[in-house]
Amino acid sequence: MSRVSCMRFGRYKMAPFQKKLWAGLIVMALLSPLGVILPKLFNAEDAWGEWSSEKLKELIGFVPAGLEKLADLWKAPIPDYNPGGDGASLGAQVGWYIFSGLLGIILAAGAIYLLGRIFRRHEK
Amino acid sequence: MHIPDGYLSPQTYLPLFGVAAFFWATAVKRVRSALSHRYVPYLAMAAAFSFLIQMFNIPIPGGTTGHAVGGAVVAVLLGPWAAVLAISIVLIIQAVVFGDGGITAIGANCFNMAVVMPFISYGVFRQVAGNARGGKRFLAAAFLAGYIGLTAAAVVTAIQFGIQPMIAQDAHGQPLYAPYPLTVAVPVMAAEHLLLFGIVEGFVTAMLVNYFVKHEPGLVYAFREV
Repeated sequence: MSRVSCMRFGRYKMAPFQKKLWAGLIVMALLSPLGVILPKLFNAEDAWGEWSSEKLKELIGFVPAGLEKLADLWKAPIPDYNPGGDGASLGAQVGWYIFSGLLGIILAAGAIYLLGRIFRRHEK
Repeated sequence: MHIPDGYLSPQTYLPLFGVAAFFWATAVKRVRSALSHRYVPYLAMAAAFSFLIQMFNIPIPGGTTGHAVGGAVVAVLLGPWAAVLAISIVLIIQAVVFGDGGITAIGANCFNMAVVMPFISYGVFRQVAGNARGGKRFLAAAFLAGYIGLTAAAVVTAIQFGIQPMIAQDAHGQPLYAPYPLTVAVPVMAAEHLLLFGIVEGFVTAMLVNYFVKHEPGLVYAFREV
């Protein structure tokens, strides 16, 4: 049954309009390093309420006990789209941002296509 | 606006998982028939777009950063229920793969950005646009959809932060989770979204809705529903 939906996708002819939109998304991924460069340029830090435990200690003098317990619950494979963090070279940060942007397109779009397939299978 | 792990108490994040799950289940029901071949690629692009626009961190010079979410444009173009699904998928990927937003806060973050935002944005757009399909009133409707939708999501997030010191303290009265009270969290988050991030979301929404109305008007959900 999955072959059927594959073939259907295969037969689906992408309109030029859609091609243009996909291209636009790829351009966005290539420009995404602006999201790391601009904050550096303007000396801006984390979003409000998204501080690390260390930063929180600087701000209020202590790390709330419950927060400390939960904060490191999950180790994400590519933390903050930028695994080298602020200390890495700008080139590395730009590279990771672009990689994360492209990976994000694949994961987000892939998840929707997968959902679409699951729904259709249920209907049959 | 992505609440990390540790900022919300279990008595906040658990119920919000329940609320989010209710909206996910309803969204799946409502969107299933619309997930025909024609719309799957658009929904996929909407999710990819929301992921990418959130990477563009906008600095407040010398202060914090923020970003647009894309929830308004997705709600107007594909409908609020489709937006619930697309943005939730993005938020789950961000939390699991990129550590942006906590695992325990997935329900809360989805409620704020994938439920509150699209429905407020959609409602604002319909109210302001009326029957307009172009022109100033139409552009204003799209702008306000983004502006008010994002700000509403920020305020709801700030309320979740701000109630933590009231509901969870240790024996010495120190907060166990997010430390700032409502009187700090709500004004700060409302102001930064009213003055900067909401304006960006508004412009992005107006530009893109305008583009789609010109090139693929048959797609626009907000028109089909009229």
